[in-house]
Amino acid sequence: MSNTELEIVVDDPTAPEENSPAVVSTGVVDVVVSLLLLALALVLGWDNWRTGASWDSTGPQPGYFPFYLSVILGAVSLYGLGAAFASRREAAETFVTRAQFRRVMAVFVPTFLFCLATQYLGLYVASFLLIAGFMRLVGKIALWKSLLTAFVFTAAMFVTFDIAFDVIMPKGPLEAALGR
Amino acid sequence: MEAFGLLLHGFAVLLTWKTLLLMMVGLVLGIFVGVLPGLGGPNGVAILLPLTFTMDPTSAIVMLSCIYWGALFGGAITSILFNIPGEAWSVATTFDGYPMAQQGRAAEALTAAFTSSFIGSLVAVLLITFLAPMISSFALKFGPPEFFAVYLLTFCSFVGLGREAKHKTVISMSLGLLLAGVGMDTVSGQLRMTFGSAELLRGINFLVAVIGLFGISEILLTMEERLALRGHAASISLRVVLSVWKDLPKYWVTLLRSSVIGCWLGITPGGAIAASFMGYNLAKRFAKDQESFGKGRIEGVFAPETAAHASGTAALLPMLALGIPGSGTAAILLGGLMVWGLNPGPLLFVEHKDFVWGLIASMYLGNVVGLVLVLTTVPIFASILRVPFAAVAPMIVVSCVIGAYAIQNAMFDIWLMLGFGVVGYVFKKIGIPLAPFTLALVLGSRAEDAFRLSMIGSGGDMKVFWSNGLVGTITTLAIVLLFWPVIDRGFAGVARLVRPAKA
Repeated sequence: MSNTELEIVVDDPTAPEENSPAVVSTGVVDVVVSLLLLALALVLGWDNWRTGASWDSTGPQPGYFPFYLSVILGAVSLYGLGAAFASRREAAETFVTRAQFRRVMAVFVPTFLFCLATQYLGLYVASFLLIAGFMRLVGKIALWKSLLTAFVFTAAMFVTFDIAFDVIMPKGPLEAALGR
Repeated sequence: MEAFGLLLHGFAVLLTWKTLLLMMVGLVLGIFVGVLPGLGGPNGVAILLPLTFTMDPTSAIVMLSCIYWGALFGGAITSILFNIPGEAWSVATTFDGYPMAQQGRAAEALTAAFTSSFIGSLVAVLLITFLAPMISSFALKFGPPEFFAVYLLTFCSFVGLGREAKHKTVISMSLGLLLAGVGMDTVSGQLRMTFGSAELLRGINFLVAVIGLFGISEILLTMEERLALRGHAASISLRVVLSVWKDLPKYWVTLLRSSVIGCWLGITPGGAIAASFMGYNLAKRFAKDQESFGKGRIEGVFAPETAAHASGTAALLPMLALGIPGSGTAAILLGGLMVWGLNPGPLLFVEHKDFVWGLIASMYLGNVVGLVLVLTTVPIFASILRVPFAAVAPMIVVSCVIGAYAIQNAMFDIWLMLGFGVVGYVFKKIGIPLAPFTLALVLGSRAEDAFRLSMIGSGGDMKVFWSNGLVGTITTLAIVLLFWPVIDRGFAGVARLVRPAKA
């Protein structure tokens, strides 16, 4: 079985360092999420109370079911808040290190910009920019490879969705100029 | 043998070049997402869902379910060759699969994994073929109270039997149920929780949420980890395949046991992970030399893979028969069905015979085609891991955005999806499970309707949930499951009290 001795090794040049300092601990995130959920439960509960959360002649009012769900969500978030404060061990765990956070942002920020660009430039132009830019700037891949990959992928998407299946995507000035 | 005739008809529906081609495409795409680190079954199906929006329902579901099978097969490749489980339920496969690869027996391990996946799925599909029509015709007699009781049972079993912290499961579930209620109230037509926003009028689309929760959040999580891989390349020769298959009858007890465990746990929600570990542990317990497990024993691959796939497939049984998905992926498939205007549940078997039997037939065909496909193409797929993540990540982002937009042609949905991506990332990191949320979001409005209709029927009397033997049993079972951890501890306490007294 000589052919199984081949090894595949993939190295990640931009891997986060192991000993990066923590940005925030799991305990803090736990508390913040519990507070946010509690706030959400209060807002939704109030809105459903306003809509009507009791009974009328036809049965439960529209707000009845969601109102009691908000009560459950609020109660459980309170419990979660207490549990987060009580468990010291978990609280000290790292939620995300600085190096990890930088990498997560390296995806999230381009994704956010991409959504923004989709709104104004149309999906296809934006996706070309995203793929080419991400490969070049984050992945440090050769410029021609990045541009070629981005072009091929975007073109394939255009052919699949716009031409073959007639799924309408947001379009921008370029598509308008080309008359599509 | 009505089922058998209908199944043959299903095959007839499927055996066209177009469907077979779609099947192959689905499988290849599925294996692709299964092999990519960090992406697995539910993510793959969620991301690739928009591809199917313009197809007719039968082709679409065939392609989607093939993506699912493909992702299941693909997960085994990375577990064995790279020691990276693609899914939580592939973890048990790495225990013996990776040591086998290290010993140069990668081809053997892969063949064993694929074959046992195939066997597990096949057993579960057989179960579906004969059990689903029976359950659904039984369920046709269900009224709103019975349906609500069954929904309650699903939710409660998630809370009571899940491995995560109970309060986190309840958070996830109640949040899902609440968000399902946003928008127009289906019974009275009144607006709820929209806060005057025109965009929220439509409600929060299930698929938009799922694409964000599983697609975007997974990219964020994958980016965070170190992506260095070291593994083994393998190609499978016919000789190896035949030699593994020749030994197969020796392991029939293991295969059968794992299939049964898988089917059983697959029908109860959230069971695939538990099934794979249970399959592995039982195989180990009943083995003569337990020491050899974890060091590259082929049974250690057979047992968890068979159980995981049997339960992954069996999870589709309650979805088809009752409209209740047994797993996250099944919930997404269910969301897909609703996009095509099909209402999952017992009526599906009556009103859309072609569709249901086409789907069931595609499970058989998809598994056979998939087995052949993976066995022949493993070397190509293993090398996918060489493709830099920086090239794959933006493409997945683009697919997610296309998917979110295509559902309702709304720019707002793109932002909503992005928001769910962040929520999914944070939830996964602090251990709030996403499967209950998914399930609650897809079942929410139907659970509410069932509740309200039964309340209207009974004039607001809660006793309606105990009004006859059937509904009473289901409701009681649901409550028992909800408090199962407490009851279990109670039993243990009583046992401890009783035993010293005897001694």
